[in-house]
Amino acid sequence: MAEPVIKVEQVHKWFGSHQALAGIDLSVMAGERIVVCGPSGSGKSTLVRCMNGLETMNAGKITVNQIDLAGGSAAVEQVRKSVGMVFQQFNLFPHLTVEENLCLAPTRSLGLSQANAQERARKYLERVHIPEQAGKFPLQLSGGQQQRVAIARALCMEPQIMLFDEPTSALDPEMIKEVLDVIAELAADGMTMVCVTHEMGLARAMADRIVFLDEGQIVEEAPPSEFFKAPKSDRTKQFLSRILQH
Amino acid sequence: MVAVAVVIAGAVWLFGNTLDNLANRGIASGFSFLKSTAGFGISTSLIDFSEASSIGRAFWVGLLNTLLVSAISVVLATILGFAIGIARFSKNWLLGRVATVYVETLRNIPLLLQIFFWYFAVLRALPGPRQSYDLAGWFFLNNRGFYIPKLEIIDGGGWVLLGAVVMAFLAFWQCRHKGISRSCAGLAVLLFISLLAVGSVSVPALTGFNFTGGTVLSPELVALVIALSSYTAAFIAEIVRAGVQSVPRGQIEAADALSLPDKDRMRFVVIPQALRVIVPLLTNQYLNLTKNSSLAAAIAFPDLVSVFAGTVLNITGQAIEIIGITMAVYLTISLTIAFSMNIFNRTTAMRGLSS
Repeated sequence: MAEPVIKVEQVHKWFGSHQALAGIDLSVMAGERIVVCGPSGSGKSTLVRCMNGLETMNAGKITVNQIDLAGGSAAVEQVRKSVGMVFQQFNLFPHLTVEENLCLAPTRSLGLSQANAQERARKYLERVHIPEQAGKFPLQLSGGQQQRVAIARALCMEPQIMLFDEPTSALDPEMIKEVLDVIAELAADGMTMVCVTHEMGLARAMADRIVFLDEGQIVEEAPPSEFFKAPKSDRTKQFLSRILQH
Repeated sequence: MVAVAVVIAGAVWLFGNTLDNLANRGIASGFSFLKSTAGFGISTSLIDFSEASSIGRAFWVGLLNTLLVSAISVVLATILGFAIGIARFSKNWLLGRVATVYVETLRNIPLLLQIFFWYFAVLRALPGPRQSYDLAGWFFLNNRGFYIPKLEIIDGGGWVLLGAVVMAFLAFWQCRHKGISRSCAGLAVLLFISLLAVGSVSVPALTGFNFTGGTVLSPELVALVIALSSYTAAFIAEIVRAGVQSVPRGQIEAADALSLPDKDRMRFVVIPQALRVIVPLLTNQYLNLTKNSSLAAAIAFPDLVSVFAGTVLNITGQAIEIIGITMAVYLTISLTIAFSMNIFNRTTAMRGLSS
């Protein structure tokens, strides 16, 4: 039996007196695609942000490729090199061109030469279907294009795992599809992914497993077929009936 | 219309009244005094000056001294201010605390008092030349000033050097996007060779009771530069801190998620974006520093105010012309600084924001 690439054990997280995560256990195997959903404030974002050390947990343990995230800044750095992240607000560097955004971390963090980094940047810009935007600044692009650049930027580090934190929530409805298509293509290529999203269409199409969170706890964990057709818990049924009405 | 007429009439009356009064008291007007002989000496001068030189030349001496002090202090204040501003974010408790204490102390004590402190309590209190503080055998600090090595260039060598600098600059500009480190090394070698060909270094050495060789920065100049730069650095540190804090949290998270090392995160992500907040405020500090350099008069450093609006004014009594010229000069310097900083802001700090 292979070891999971991400192993979350009894993770607790408080923000002041508010408990965001209340004892989460989750394992992600290599090549698996997990969709995390749940109502606002259920702890979905906090959970993925704990997986690359952007949030520190108060109790519990997370290992990524057998590296314990509690093992100090060197361990966190090592984990981050193998884990790419895409944010809701894109968080592109506005003072750098698209190409510079893509080349910065590979050259400074992985030690690639400028030429190699640029070659990589071209490769992944083609993968997200916007090679022609390399010379532009992020604010000259549409939201959908910016998010695709952000995905390419994460891919330029050639990570084993990709984390998506509501990648389409800040986008105009018209832009959502182009970003979802790119994510679905990545999933089809066998990338290990953990994706927080409200896009149930995406969940149905690409997820191996859907994890439903409420009040910091995993309420239900099931493959999409089961999750949508035969949810076990009442909380899941309630959630699904509300978001699938539209 | 009436208001305009009143203002014009008032101005005409003032002008006529002034001319009458000046004539009654036997005070000359006009700018011919600039050509007359100065009759006084100036302790620190970048250009040749003696008692036989003209008052016009004394003006240039004062102006160059003001520019010298301001330019050195602006550079030092910027370096020190950025270092302290960034140090306030240090994870090292002691370093962060030292930076805070520095800022709170320096910016809350009047600048004039700080100039007096550095001049009377520090530089004047140093030992004499024979007991100088020796820094690596190249630099010497004593109560006569700060002795530093001097670059001596053979006649005509200045042009060779200028040519080398211009070529180096052009070459650097051409290849600034490509392998920077390699081209920089090449340029350094080029400059070094041309320096060896045309220049030699004169190091100060103690002979008898005083130093010969090298060049000396007067205690007044050193005290003024230290006071101006350390005082302004405290304000710049606060501006840098504000700028760094203005960078959205998401930018730092994005850099972290890409495992960008801390120093690269600061250098490539945080500082460039912080500059949008920093640069306009920095302009104010540069203007303040330049204007504050006129406090030089308090320790008799011959800056523009001390020499021209002080000594020359006392000798000639032509207050209107002299104060007018002095004000116009400061206005010109300030507007030039503001203009250059605006260009820097547009081309560098606002990169990516203006399409």
